[in-house]
Formats: sequence, structure tokens, C-alpha cells
Amino acid sequence: MALALLVAVSAAPGKSAAQEIMAGLSHHAIGITADFVGTEILVFGAIESEGDIVVVVRGPRREVVVRKKAPVFGIWVNAQSAVFRSVPGFYGVASTRPLGDIVDADMRRVMEIGIDGLRLEPADMEPSVRDEFRAALIEVKQAEGLYPVEPSTVSLSGGRLFRATIALPADIPVGTYAADTFLIRDGEVVAAQSSPLIVSKAGFGAEIYNFAHRESEFYGIAAVIAAVIAGLAGNLLFRRT
Amino acid sequence: MFQIYLPIAEMSVDIFLLLGMGGAVGFLSGLFGVGGGFLMTPLLIFIGVPPPVAVGSEVNQVVAASVSGFMAHWRRRQVDFKMGGVLIAGGVLGSIFGVWLFGILRQIGQIDLVISISYVVMLGAIGTLMLVEALRTILRRRSGTNVRRKAHVHHWGHGLPFKMRFRTSRLYISAVLPITLGFVIGILAAIMGVGGGFFLVPAMIYLLGMPVGVVIGTSLFQITFVTATATFLHASSTQTVDVMLAGILTLGAVFGAQFGTRVGAELRGEELRGLLALVVLGVCLTLLWRLVAEPASLYSLSPTGFH
Repeated sequence: MALALLVAVSAAPGKSAAQEIMAGLSHHAIGITADFVGTEILVFGAIESEGDIVVVVRGPRREVVVRKKAPVFGIWVNAQSAVFRSVPGFYGVASTRPLGDIVDADMRRVMEIGIDGLRLEPADMEPSVRDEFRAALIEVKQAEGLYPVEPSTVSLSGGRLFRATIALPADIPVGTYAADTFLIRDGEVVAAQSSPLIVSKAGFGAEIYNFAHRESEFYGIAAVIAAVIAGLAGNLLFRRT
Repeated sequence: MFQIYLPIAEMSVDIFLLLGMGGAVGFLSGLFGVGGGFLMTPLLIFIGVPPPVAVGSEVNQVVAASVSGFMAHWRRRQVDFKMGGVLIAGGVLGSIFGVWLFGILRQIGQIDLVISISYVVMLGAIGTLMLVEALRTILRRRSGTNVRRKAHVHHWGHGLPFKMRFRTSRLYISAVLPITLGFVIGILAAIMGVGGGFFLVPAMIYLLGMPVGVVIGTSLFQITFVTATATFLHASSTQTVDVMLAGILTLGAVFGAQFGTRVGAELRGEELRGLLALVVLGVCLTLLWRLVAEPASLYSLSPTGFH
């Protein structure tokens, strides 16, 4: 990804990329606490020259299995499956105009702009199967709200200052996100900037999660002890009855 | 309104919904003297908790529910510790096997299916038996006849090798029977997140021939240790135990159970048991429907590489 960005930007004509666009995030870390119900992230900045702006917020990549159910003796059972090696856990886009009006399909694929441009790196499979499972994966992610269907808009004031909000739902995966901002003119990416965003579990929930995953044996013992204490406490509390 | 994030299930749920579910199932368990795990796990699946997490967390909650009952029976000296120990030995082996199987099924993407089918079969069987039993009792009471049952029947199983003497139960039987029984219960605990009392209690009475007085206490003794083992194994190998979820359910269940016990003392048994049978069959049919109805989405996603 970084390489593709570099190539595309250096191939673009004009001034040096760094000065053309400056972007920042409202926060660089999001903590998922016990009462987390989702949040919004504000991407803002300024551009030096005319152009369209696209903001892409992308979650950590993971290998994902897509399973398809089929009826076996009247019961719906997971049958066929397909592996995609590099699936972003979240993918949200904002742009000044509809993406199709800003960049063509080839450039969207090169820069991974827009859901149809995502490279999910499918494992070896028939092209027809790959397309079916790719579409299914995106559909499920959209239904979960992790690949927002409706793109957000980037509002541009005075032709120089821009801002966009991207909503993150309650069950976003944890990990390192990237908020990439592109300045696009005549279908070419003129400048780009990437800002990291860390999403992690915070508070009591994070401690439980980390405990459960890092020291599983002790967590198991603690879970048993907690249950025994709760049971004994309940027993003592109502003993007189 | 008061959403709480469950760290292992990785979802937000209304805390009062969980407390209410814990209270309702606790009420039923107090009313009928059942563990309630077999109702809680399907309910958790219905509200969207991933089935593996529902199982891992519920088995943790059953530890709390059964230790409390075990203490009460221990005080009244209604526990056969030797028999319980043999059952636990089988149960620990069963839960090791069950958790291992659980991990493999999860890896090949069939764990949700196996959990659902196990529940449909088990709830269907228990619900039907309970309903028949309740109807028979009601009919018998109306016709006024009274049938006497023999206390303890000898059968081929008692003659197997490795005989052991169980003084508290006044039995001299082969250890193969309780170990096998414990093993089956261990598998049920690991795969379904239940204590298995609904299966263990009748098996102890009819299969082992134990006196009724020590059966409940001994079964709770075994369930406490086997569910504790299953909790530990799930926590360390499948990471599906959500202590937050189990804790909230336990809190609701402790109060529900007290209320249920009091109500149960004043109400008549058979009609209530018939009602519980209908609830069990209702849950069974709902699960069955989810298996046979064409799903809203044919596709599902899961990360690879469970350990």
C-alpha cells in the first residue's frame, strides 16, 4: 500500500506532495470502553491548490474465511468457503463528489479508493467463485455497518479548508487504522497523506480481554474462583430463608 | 438503554436484558430445581451472542449456580463424595475431550451447527419426556390410582469389572458405569455449556441405582467440578469465557432463584412441570426453525487461525 502510494504520488505531476495537502484527525486513539456505542472521527485539513478530496479510513487487515450455507437434509449447513488474506476490519470513505466522478476504476484499484477498489487478496479459487464470495464478504460487512454503504461527504470551505466526519460503529475491530487523505485533480492523485489511528479496548473491558488472551490459564482460574465466590455469596445471602 | 460492552463476546448488550434473562432462568431453576443452563445458552444465542461464547460463558455461570446448591446439600450430609469423585474423574476426561472437539469443530466452521443440533435433540427429548411424565401424573391423580416403584433394579451394567463399594449410596457396583456417565456429562458441559443435571440425576437413580436422598447433592458436587474444569479449559484453549456476561447472568439468577424457590413451595408440581416442558419444547422448535429456515444471509465471516 505504502509503495503504491509512493509510486502514484511521485508519478503525479506538479509540486512536491507534502505541501499540497495537510490533514489531521480529531483524535488519534479511540478506547472501546464498556459503554462504547460508536463514535465519529473528524478528518480536517487544508489544500494548497484546486482539486477533489477523498478521505479513506481503513481498519486493520486480517485473514477472513467467508462461508456459504447450503441445505443438507433440510438443515442449512456451512458448506463452501473461501479465504481472503487481507480484509480491512473497517472501511469508510468520504469525498467531495461521487467517487466515480473523481477517479476512474483503474486508479481506484491502484489507490484502494472505494469499496470496489479494495484488494482483498483472495486465496486461489475460480474467478466466478472469487467474485461471488468477494461480493458476499462486502455485503456482510456492509450489513454489519463496518463498510458504510452511504459515502460521507467532504465539505470544502473557501476552496482550501476541508473537513469530513466518518462514523465508526459500536463493534469496530481493534487495531491500527489509517486515515488516508488524497488530493485528486483530473483523475490523478496529486498528493496524499496518511495519519494513524489506534483503536483499542480501554478500561475494565480491555483488562478482561487482555487477561483472557494473554494469560489464558490464569484467566480461567480467576473465572472459576469468581463463580465459586458468587455462588457462595448467593448461598450465604439467602441462607436464613 | 444501559448498554454494556461484553469484552469477549465483543458486542454491546442492554444490561437489564441480561439481568432479566438471568432472573427469568434463575426463577425457573428455583421453581423446578433445574440448573437452567440448557435454557440460558439458547437464549444467549437468540440475542446474538456468538454460540461458542454463549457456551463458554454459560458453563462458567453454572459453576456459580451449582456450588451454591452443593453447599446446601453438603450441610445436610446428602453428598456421596466417593461416587462423586469417580463421576468427576470421568467428567474431567469428558470435558477435556469435549473442549478438544469444540476447537476442531470451530476451526472447520461447524461449531455453531453442532451446538444448535445438540440443543434441538436434547431439548426435544427432555421436553417430550417431561410433558409425558407431567400428563401421566395429572391423569393418574385424576383417576386416583397409585403406582409404587421399586427402589433399585439390578441389571447387567452392575456386573461389569472394577467393582467398587460406595458406602454412602449402599452400592457395590462396577466403576465403569459412573466413569462412563461422568464422561458423557463432561462432553455435554464442554460442547453445550450445561451442567447436565437433567441427564445425570435420572441416570444416577435408574442406571446406577443410587438412593434418591444423595442424588441431587452428589450430582451438584460433580457438576461444580466438571463445569469448573470445562470453564478452565475453554478459557485457556478456546478463549470463549466472558466473565462479564457470566457475572451479570449470575447476579440476575441468584435473585430469580430465591423468588422461584418461594413460589415453587406454594404451587402444585405437575401443572408447572407441564408448563416448563412447553417452554423447553418452544425453545427447541425455535432453534430447529433457525436451522431449517432459509437464512437471511447465506454467507458468514470468521477470522482464520483459532488456537
